[in-house]
Amino acid sequence: MTESPTRSAADQPGADDRSASADKYGRQASTGFTLSGALRENEAHDHPSGPDLGGGGGGLPPRRRGFEPLFRFFTTGAGILVLVIIVAIAAFLITKAIPALSANKANFFTYEQWFPNDPSNPRFGIAALAYGTLLTAVIALILAVPVALGIALFLSHYAPRRIATGLGFVIDLLAAVPSVIFGLWGRDYLAGPIGDLSAWLHQYVGWLPLFGSGGPYGNSILLGSVVLAIMVLPITTALCRDVFVQTPTQNEEAALALGATRWEMIRTAVLPYGKPGVIAAVMLGLGRALGETIALAMTLGATFGVSVDIIHTGGNSIAANIANAFGEANETGRGALIASGLVLFAITLIVNVTARAIIYRRREFAGGTS
Amino acid sequence: MAKRVEAVDVTAYYGSFKAIDGITMTIEPKSVTAFIGPSGCGKSTFLRSINRMHEVIPGAKVQGKMMIDAEDIYDSHVDVTAVRRTIGMVFQRPNPFPTMSIYDNVVAGLRLNGVRKKSVLDDAAEKSLRGANIWDEVKDRLKRPGGGLSGGQQQRLCIARAIAVEPQVLLMDEPCSALDPISTLAIEDLIGQLKDRYTIIIVTHNMQQAARVSDRTAFFSIEKTGDPGRLIEFDDTTKIFQNPAEKKTEDYITGRFG
Ligand SMILES: Nc1ncnc2c1ncn2[C@@H]1O[C@H](COP(=O)(O)OP(=O)(O)O)[C@@H](O)[C@H]1O
Ligand SMILES: [Mg+2]
Repeated sequence: MTESPTRSAADQPGADDRSASADKYGRQASTGFTLSGALRENEAHDHPSGPDLGGGGGGLPPRRRGFEPLFRFFTTGAGILVLVIIVAIAAFLITKAIPALSANKANFFTYEQWFPNDPSNPRFGIAALAYGTLLTAVIALILAVPVALGIALFLSHYAPRRIATGLGFVIDLLAAVPSVIFGLWGRDYLAGPIGDLSAWLHQYVGWLPLFGSGGPYGNSILLGSVVLAIMVLPITTALCRDVFVQTPTQNEEAALALGATRWEMIRTAVLPYGKPGVIAAVMLGLGRALGETIALAMTLGATFGVSVDIIHTGGNSIAANIANAFGEANETGRGALIASGLVLFAITLIVNVTARAIIYRRREFAGGTS
Repeated sequence: MAKRVEAVDVTAYYGSFKAIDGITMTIEPKSVTAFIGPSGCGKSTFLRSINRMHEVIPGAKVQGKMMIDAEDIYDSHVDVTAVRRTIGMVFQRPNPFPTMSIYDNVVAGLRLNGVRKKSVLDDAAEKSLRGANIWDEVKDRLKRPGGGLSGGQQQRLCIARAIAVEPQVLLMDEPCSALDPISTLAIEDLIGQLKDRYTIIIVTHNMQQAARVSDRTAFFSIEKTGDPGRLIEFDDTTKIFQNPAEKKTEDYITGRFG
């Protein structure tokens, strides 16, 4: 540690370094010279070159030009364009919805039926549709999220790497299946088993209002929710897995070194770390469930009315109703559907803002160690 | 309650790569032992094989015996989690649980053991934080996140967390390498105090630190990159630094190599 041959030998290159840096200073001085030369030249051409320099006529070197302003123009333009499109869409929807809403003879928010096409007496309300939209989405998430969390944890922390890769691939494939296929499958294949399940639920837990109906069981809220659950499963699973995989090793090892079992390690390190990500994944799933159109149009009963029962034939959602009713709608009918679309937009907006608020509140505790 | 650690022919692998080879040594209770040696010679690997943290890495395995007071922790009937509770660990980078408050960090190990009673947890938290010389700095903000502390405070918080479960051996892998000199001194003082109750093993890159804090020093080395690390010399710290038996040890501590 004290003076050693290696040390003193190392001093030699150090001396070389010093002479090299002296050389550098020399070069820097000449650079300084040309720079001041450029500045003087700049002063001489102050007025003519002013506009070209973007108005900065001070003592600074000329701004580099070329791609930069073009790029700035392009990005600013694109940003403004997006805003303009959003405002235009909103304006279009609102102007279309207002005449229908003022022609409406019923209360739009409380009325449960949908007769906007009656020329003399148009009546329509969002109550049943909004209820069905939220109910199917919530049931879908209640079914899907625990399964998604389980699969995601299995993939990230339990499965051998080979199995995890294979299973992850299958789940990604599931995400690529078009929703109309899920709709067809749900309607033609799943309706039977779900009907049997409905009968079973009614027989054994029929005292719960949810399962109060004695039938018929066909296209129902339950069927739509199960199909939705399967549809939101892949995206929720994939996002949760990505979040769990990113848990810093040092957090996991901190838990293991305290004597945690694997599950305890997941509870103390992985889940708390992944919480904001899981919330985001669930909200994304919720967004997908709320907006899902064709699969629900094919698996819900397309009836109107607010009912606690989820197994009886029936149910409807805003998006499914738009898909089902748009074809036969007249002017007022289309306006009514557009008004319902605005409500759906508002719901998804609230969901997103809430999700962000939740994630933001947790931020202080979510930061990594320094 | 401090225990003796006895490694018998311990060899550890990462997949097929042999990282350390045939290490045999006995570490006495209530002493501070420093592991020194050039980077990559397997100090961390050996340290992590003492509390079975090595096998956490996929493909990693350990051969040989690691006796803690005459019980081999690699015996098939031994519960890994119990081993890790008995042998606490402090890592190179301070790693408090970022989502937990200071208080929750300290009592995390106790909660894992099923302790729920608030009075017990409160007492343990205060005792451990005092033991880690950080109580006065954090007693007014126990509910604040542990990530908000300075690096040195975080490391002492991690030591508090490790000693809260009352381990018998405390392993520290370069606990000061991410810290400033003042925090380093604070941790070194702490090690001096903890030695009364625990068997402490500390990996360090800093030879002055080894000389300052340890009673015994083990020097590890490798022949060349790709070779497994071996124990070259293990003796009283004063002997290692003043009169080492091995030429390699002397070369290393005089700065001729490594
Ligand atoms: N996770 C790992 N996977 C594969 N090889 C590793 C891993 N960690 C360490 N090694 C290798 O094992 C050897 C010993 O490493 P380590 O115990 O970290 O040395 P030290 O702590 O003395 O610097 C080195 O060659 C290193 O590259
Ligand atoms: Mg190391």
